[in-house]
Amino acid sequence: MTDANPPVLALEALETRVRIGRASFPAVDGVSLELGQGESLAIVGESGCGKSMLALSVMGLLDPQVARIVSGRILFDGTDIAHLPQHRLRTLRGRDISMIFQEPMSSLNPVLTIGRQVAEVVRQHEGLSPRAARERAVEMLSLVQIPDPRSRAAAYPHQLSGGMRQRVLIAIALACSPRVLLADEPTTALDVTVQAQILELIMSLQQRLGMALVLITHDLGVVAETVSRVVVMYAGRKVEEASTTDLFARPAHPYTQGLLGSLPSRARSEGLRRLRAIRGVVPPLTAPRQGCLFASRCPHAVDGCREEAPALGRVGPGHTVACWRAGELGDGP
Amino acid sequence: MRNPPRAFRTETQASAGKPAGVVAATLSRLWRNPTACFGGTLLALLAASAVLAPLLAQHDPLALVPAERLRAPSHEHLFGTDMLGRDLYARVLHGGRLSLTVGILTAVICSLVGLAIGLVAGFSRLADALIMRVMDGIMAIPGILLAIALATIVGGGVSTIVLAIAVPEVPVVVRVVRGVVLTLREQTYVEAARSLGTRPGRILLRHILPNSLAPLIVQATYICGLAILIEAYLSFLGAGIPPEFPSWGNIMAEGRGFVLIAEWIILIPGAFVAATVLSLNLLGDALRDMLDPRTRRAL
Repeated sequence: MTDANPPVLALEALETRVRIGRASFPAVDGVSLELGQGESLAIVGESGCGKSMLALSVMGLLDPQVARIVSGRILFDGTDIAHLPQHRLRTLRGRDISMIFQEPMSSLNPVLTIGRQVAEVVRQHEGLSPRAARERAVEMLSLVQIPDPRSRAAAYPHQLSGGMRQRVLIAIALACSPRVLLADEPTTALDVTVQAQILELIMSLQQRLGMALVLITHDLGVVAETVSRVVVMYAGRKVEEASTTDLFARPAHPYTQGLLGSLPSRARSEGLRRLRAIRGVVPPLTAPRQGCLFASRCPHAVDGCREEAPALGRVGPGHTVACWRAGELGDGP
Repeated sequence: MRNPPRAFRTETQASAGKPAGVVAATLSRLWRNPTACFGGTLLALLAASAVLAPLLAQHDPLALVPAERLRAPSHEHLFGTDMLGRDLYARVLHGGRLSLTVGILTAVICSLVGLAIGLVAGFSRLADALIMRVMDGIMAIPGILLAIALATIVGGGVSTIVLAIAVPEVPVVVRVVRGVVLTLREQTYVEAARSLGTRPGRILLRHILPNSLAPLIVQATYICGLAILIEAYLSFLGAGIPPEFPSWGNIMAEGRGFVLIAEWIILIPGAFVAATVLSLNLLGDALRDMLDPRTRRAL
């Protein structure tokens, strides 16, 4: 990011804690990141790494009974939105920051037509007349490449396939031309063939509309073809950040190396007969948080790793990593 | 995929009258369901007989003809006469007007009040705690006793009888609606709506209300049937509609003393009550199956 392009969204040491019983545990643990105008960024990590909690924190959609932001700032256009009251957040959501959810099957109201559901957002935020909102809805449906949008606007969600529904959700999210789009695993619930189409659609719309995109995914294969920068999260912490090409060429964190090693295409190109899986699982939220949290699964861990958490350090231009041994291990796994 | 021009035509027609499209689709599916078809036809016949009572019955339901007392059903008096010589055919048809009015009014009032209270209870945790304790209180008293007590306090008359029957039934509707709202509130599309900055009031009206109508309609048919029964009980016990106006319960109450020599006075209005309640329940069951999204696609 250059100074000429100030970040539209920036997280500063964001910490979101989840309450379990009497105690609370960090689901997002001091994550900082910046997203420039029109930039695309992916957040990668296994299930349970805090990716979705991060997105919900940004949207202000945390259930206050369960989780809340305890420290850090979320800057949208320079103003902190982490602790805005709900009624102020409501005007931002859907208009300035939008989100696409994982399940296209259940994210649409079954009793309203899709045209109505797209129009609803526009009416809410821009106060358009019902007629104008309906026109905008048809426009949006054609923008997301739904064939015959004018007649399809009268369809109910159950009359559409999963891919079509995800297109409708994208249309809803983009109806007010937001400046930031959070896509939380937008393709996980779809067929593989449809996944590629939806990703392509999201990317082309991102470029056309010049909005910033945060793509949350556990699939590095998805990342490779789409975004320009990647943040790798592990157990609520940011462990590596790099440009996509840099990350694939020189993964510095053993976790990133593990994720890449478990990609079928990459394993094949390296002549491996079996996929290299990362042993073990992400530590549960309730696990003690001392030292490097990846140490228990790390093939390169030394005693020192378990004692103190490594800070993020620079290993290249725009490439940071949180690993004690990043320097000595070099590029290869 | 259907051929485009045809699909275009049908779908734009559907969009022209959107709610009507849904209602028409439901009605046409109801018509194809044998249970619903039978229930609906029976109910329509009963309703028609009540509405058209003055045309269908030549005799005055209130005219006393002492000489013709306790006549068995015949060509002149289709359903016979009662102990005061009044034509039972005319009385039963006219009585249907009252009984059906009570049933429908009760169902409508219960639904509206129950819906409003249930939505609030389901949506606000604080109101929920308060409202549900009051509802539990009402439910703790046996409905029929509460209705008798209320009817005694406020006196006879259609409006007071409807009130007496509606009060014990409202908590039932509140529970149904609240339960539906509680599950709907957790739906992804409600969360999605929140993520789009939709205000809580709008979420309630646009997303939750339309989705809770189906179980409510089903509940309303049961309450309608129940109200007709309770009205009959109350009138039979003398706490209901004043005897000068015939209702099915009333007619049975008056025939009580003559059941051994003129059993038709009780049996015929009783059969009408049974037929009405049966048809409403059949219709309610069919609607329940049809409006449930999980079974809807199978039909």
